[in-house]
Amino acid sequence: MSIFQSSLRKPLIEGKKSYQEITSQILDPLVNKPIKLWYFAITLSGGAMLFGLLMMGWTIWQGIGTWGENRTVGWAFEISTFVWWIGIGHAGTFISAILLLFRQRWRNSINRSAEAMTLFAVICAALFPFIHLGRPLLTFFIFPYPNTRLLWVNFNSPLVWDVFAIATYFTISLVFWYVGLIPDIATLRDKLRKGLKKTVYNFLSFSWKGSARDWHRHEVTSIMLAAIATPLVLSVHSIVSMDFADSILPGWHTTIFPPYFVAGAIYSGFAMVLTLLIIARKLMNLEDFITVEHVESMNKILIATGSIVALAYITETFMSWYSGIEYEQYMLQNRMTGPYAWAYWIMIICNVGSAQLLWIKKLRRSLLFTFFISIVINIGMWFERFVIIVTSLHRDFLPSSWTMYKPTIVEYGLLIGTLGIFFTAFLLFIRVFPVISISEEKSILKTENALQVAKEIHHG
Amino acid sequence: MPYRSQKKSIMDNKDYISVYFDDEDPMLQALRRLKENNLTIIDVLTPFPVHGIDKLLSVKRTRIPVGGFIFGALGGILAFWFMTWVFTVSYPLIIGGKPFFALPSFVPITFEMTVLFAGLSMAAGMFLRSKLKPDIRFKPADERITDNMFVIVIGSNANTTRESIRTVLSGISIIEIR
Repeated sequence: MSIFQSSLRKPLIEGKKSYQEITSQILDPLVNKPIKLWYFAITLSGGAMLFGLLMMGWTIWQGIGTWGENRTVGWAFEISTFVWWIGIGHAGTFISAILLLFRQRWRNSINRSAEAMTLFAVICAALFPFIHLGRPLLTFFIFPYPNTRLLWVNFNSPLVWDVFAIATYFTISLVFWYVGLIPDIATLRDKLRKGLKKTVYNFLSFSWKGSARDWHRHEVTSIMLAAIATPLVLSVHSIVSMDFADSILPGWHTTIFPPYFVAGAIYSGFAMVLTLLIIARKLMNLEDFITVEHVESMNKILIATGSIVALAYITETFMSWYSGIEYEQYMLQNRMTGPYAWAYWIMIICNVGSAQLLWIKKLRRSLLFTFFISIVINIGMWFERFVIIVTSLHRDFLPSSWTMYKPTIVEYGLLIGTLGIFFTAFLLFIRVFPVISISEEKSILKTENALQVAKEIHHG
Repeated sequence: MPYRSQKKSIMDNKDYISVYFDDEDPMLQALRRLKENNLTIIDVLTPFPVHGIDKLLSVKRTRIPVGGFIFGALGGILAFWFMTWVFTVSYPLIIGGKPFFALPSFVPITFEMTVLFAGLSMAAGMFLRSKLKPDIRFKPADERITDNMFVIVIGSNANTTRESIRTVLSGISIIEIR
């Protein structure tokens, strides 16, 4: 039964637990009352959410004139935030699908929360096209339906591809997440004694019995969903990048965009997973399941994707010089030394510098430092989108229409508000569903316990 | 070895014997022993997927991926046909002087619809084949199964009694026989 990868690998579940201990340690925080810190966190995020909803309402009531966009800079803060959220939504399915196919056992204790994070991030992102329209009641115009104008949507446009990509991504992520959740909801159902809560979980558990044949189908379906979700993850941000790359604007019109955006998306997504998990393990007492080994593994992915992002910045700089096109060259010069140079250098420091620090083992294994760096990376990744969008637009081909863009309070409110929605949803999620996949943890328990014993013998 | 899908509330039925284990290793050992003795195993209930069970129970590989392939292909063909029909028959529009039938730009949506159809059909297949449905009156056979209990359900008759099972499984650590 036991598979030894290396006697040096540290166990992913600490404390040599029994199956029962796994069940109770993951479920106890759900059954008991939340700790004080949780109430504090949800008050904070709830407040941010209310402020954001207010600003959303104001935008819809007044129109998008409440924003700082002008004729030259027609896309700015909101689309940056939209792309940022979509990017964050990439880590969940990356962890659950790609790491499942690669049989990375350490994914087992983080996949559930990462998938939930994906769903919430995509919901936050999907809010933006909705409020962007100015007239949200006409959102259905973006879907192809037989209408009185006899006109269809333009299927040649990346913006329409985006509608399909994001809708598919959300649906498949939701299905994948729920399929994985069913056996654990059943565990929760059987743990509860009586009452409304039990009835609700009984309903949600889809009468899961744990029969061998059901497990067989469950496993095959999970692995197949992972197999189709893998190219899906890569396609979604590629298509988002084509919203820009298919235009002819210097700074946007580059073939490097799809891989560059996908790497950036996974980079910021993992940073956000780290932020959330470091909070969640404290709030829910999950120190034995989300260990320093997990954090270190994720940090290694941050190094890899962070380096790809750095390489993309270098390539972009080289190509704008090498292209020999004066507009391309000016765009980059303006980006680095123009009025928005501060944003560019924040982006470089946060994205290129921070991930390289993780080569140092001590920093990589420090939770406090990881928490700090994960927030820095997400700030940097937000600025990346801002830099790409605003610096490319604000000085276009016609110098007489050059202008500056300054966000208004309403726009800051939308960013804060979506952060509020995201964290509120996550805090509620960790109170309602098991935040770690119980059945998957049990399936690797034997190996991890054997590793622990082997390590003790090794160290005498 | 015959293997029937589990009926509702089998535990109440006198025709069944349930053997409880608190670990998968003795359970697999017992399963092998029962198989050697040609006993009818109705079902095995476990808290997580135990590898090796499928082979012992001769569970046939599910055809859910085949369904996924068929529906995925269907979704892709449907999306591609629809876009082609829209731009060549229903309402041909000149967009930037490009051809009406713009094959490369149909690829992303065709791909997305393939994935959507394949994913939803496989999930639906799993729910339908395993008869998973929301039911507030559902009662699990035993509440410990989703925690730490591994249960083998054996069909009983005149020759197969609790005592005979106990003799067959002697030496294997059993929690209880019901």
